[in-house]
Amino acid sequence: MGKTLAEKILSEKSGQDACAGDIVIAKVDVAAFQDGTGPLGVRQLQKMNINKVKAAKSIFFLDHAAPSPRKELSNDHMLLREFSKKSGAILSEIGDGVIHQRLVESFVKPGDVVIGGDSHTCTAGALGAFATGMGSTDVAIGMVIGKTWFKVPETFRVEINGKFQSGVYSKDLILYLIGMIGADGATYKALEFGGETIEKMSMESRFVLSNMAVEAGAKVGLIASDKTTREYLKSCGRLKEWKAQIPDIDAKYEKIIKIDVSKIEPQIAFPHTVDNTRPISAAKGKKVDQVFIGTCTNGRIEDLEIAAKILKGKKRAFDTRLIVVPASREIYLNAMKLGLLKIFVQAGAIIMGPGCGPCVGVHEGVLGDGEVCLSTANRNFKGRMGNPEAFVYLASPATAAYSAIKGKISDPREMIKKAKKEKIMVNTGKKAKGNR
Amino acid sequence: MLIRGKVYKFASNINTDVIYPGKYLSITTDREEMAKHCFEAAYPEFLENAKKGDIIVSGKNFGCGSSREQAATCLKYFGIGAVVAESFARIFYRNAINLALPVIIAPGISQKIEHNDTIEINLETGIIKNMRTTEIIKANRLPPFILKIINDGGLIPYLKKKLKNSNIIRRIQ
Repeated sequence: MGKTLAEKILSEKSGQDACAGDIVIAKVDVAAFQDGTGPLGVRQLQKMNINKVKAAKSIFFLDHAAPSPRKELSNDHMLLREFSKKSGAILSEIGDGVIHQRLVESFVKPGDVVIGGDSHTCTAGALGAFATGMGSTDVAIGMVIGKTWFKVPETFRVEINGKFQSGVYSKDLILYLIGMIGADGATYKALEFGGETIEKMSMESRFVLSNMAVEAGAKVGLIASDKTTREYLKSCGRLKEWKAQIPDIDAKYEKIIKIDVSKIEPQIAFPHTVDNTRPISAAKGKKVDQVFIGTCTNGRIEDLEIAAKILKGKKRAFDTRLIVVPASREIYLNAMKLGLLKIFVQAGAIIMGPGCGPCVGVHEGVLGDGEVCLSTANRNFKGRMGNPEAFVYLASPATAAYSAIKGKISDPREMIKKAKKEKIMVNTGKKAKGNR
Repeated sequence: MLIRGKVYKFASNINTDVIYPGKYLSITTDREEMAKHCFEAAYPEFLENAKKGDIIVSGKNFGCGSSREQAATCLKYFGIGAVVAESFARIFYRNAINLALPVIIAPGISQKIEHNDTIEINLETGIIKNMRTTEIIKANRLPPFILKIINDGGLIPYLKKKLKNSNIIRRIQ
C-alpha cells in the first residue's frame, strides 16, 4: 500500500515499515532550541551530567530575546553559549535570525527528521522534512541520544487548486483553512499540502502554510520536495542537499480537504484565537495602533517586497506605528540590496534586528492597554504580545502594509484595483501587472 | 493509581500563553516562582481560588499553542493533581507525561462535571467517578509505557532507571 510523506520519511529514518498509528524510534537529523526553551533543556541535561550532543546537527538559536532586554535572559544566553561551546552544538547568535527561517536557509534538507523546542518547527515541513515541535525535555533527550520516538500520524491531504486573486496570498489561504477546520481540526495529524496551486507556489509562500500547520493542531505541515525546493536550496548554496521527496500516488489519507483559492478573499484572524478567522470585510475600518511586518511566518524577502511595493512613496498613518523585522540576517542583507529598507524607513517604519521581534511579547513593541495590533505573525492569543489587555489581529503582509497607510484595517485589493484603473487611464499600452 | 481532587473547570482551547505567559519563560528552576504565574494574565482568580491537589477539567484542545514546557511544569509545581480534557494539544500532552503530570483524555467530560465537583480518577482503568452525582465516566486508558513514565516520576527518572545498567549515558558523557 502507498505511503504518505509522513510515513515515507519515518519509514526511512526508523528502518521499519512505518504506518499511521505505529510507534517508531527515528533517527534525529536536526535538533534545535531557541532561547526561550533551550535553558530548560540544558538544565535537564546538566542534571544528568551530560555535556555532549549526538544529533547530526544540534543548534541553539538566540532569537526570542535578541538582544536581551533583561539580565535573567542575558544569563540564559550565557548558559546556551557556554553549553554550545562545550557540547559541540552550533550557536546562532543574536541578529542571525529566527530559528525557523535559519533552519530552512542553512540546516534542513528534504527527508530529514527535525525536532525543535518551538511549536513552529513545522515550518521546515515545506522542504519535505518531518519537522515538529516538542517540549524542552523531549528535544534535549533527542539531541543527546540522536533518536526520539514518534507516533506515526494519520494524514489530512489538503488539495489546493485555482489561482489567487490579486492581493490574496498563501497567508490568507492558511488563515482560511484554520478558520474552516478549527484550532484543533488537525490535532495529532499530519497536514500534507498539494495540488496545482502548491506546485506553482514559491518556496517562501509554501513556508507560510507549513509554519501555521500547528495552529490547527497538526504535528507536521508537509509539502513534497520538487523543482521549486531544488531552486530554493540552490539559492541557499545547498544544491547538493536536495533530493525529491514525494508521497506515493496511492497513499492512504484519513481525509482529503479541497480548496479553490480563487474564491478566497483576504482573511483576518480576530482576537484571541487563530481560528477566529473572517473575510476582511468583517474587520474593515478597525482602527490600528501598531502594524507589525515580520516573523517566521511572514518576514521573508517575498513578504518584504510585497509590503514595500505598497508602501513605496507613501507614509504610514499619523496614529499608526509600523515595525518591520526581517526574519534573518540573509533577508536583511537582501532587503538592503533591493532598496526595500529605504522604502520602509521613508514610509515612517522602524526596522528592528533580525529575530522574533514583538511577536512573543518578550521584547520590542509591547502593546499598551486596549491597543490594537495588526500583525503578520502566526498567533494572536490573549497576552501574546506582552499585554493581556491588548488585541492582536493577524493578516498577510499586503493587508498589513496597506492598513498601515490607512491607519485602519483595509483591503489591499482596493489599492491594486486603483492602480490598475490609473494605468488604464494613462493608457500606457502596457498591461497592468498584478501582485505575485 | 487513584487521584482524587476538587475540579477547577476551564473552557476549550486553553493555550499555553494563557497558562504561562511568555515573559516568565526565563524562570526554569524556581518551582515556587513558576507556580505563582499559572494563568496569571488571563485568569488571575485561579491563583486565589485553586488549591494544591485540584484537578483541572477542560474542553477540547487543552494546551494548544507554543511548545513551552513551563506550561506543564507550572501546573505540576502548583500541585495540580491531574488534567482531564476532551482532547489535548499534542506538545502539551507529551510535555505533561515527561513531567509526570497525569493527563487524561475523556470525551464528553465537560458536560458531566461541574466546577468544584470532587472526582476520583483511576489511572490504570481510565474510570472517572464524579463523587457528587456518583456518575461513572469512561476516559481513554493511558498506554502501559506512558503509565510507567508517570509512575517513575517523568521521562528523566524513567530514562535514568532504564539506562542504569546500559552504557548509553556513560558513552554520551
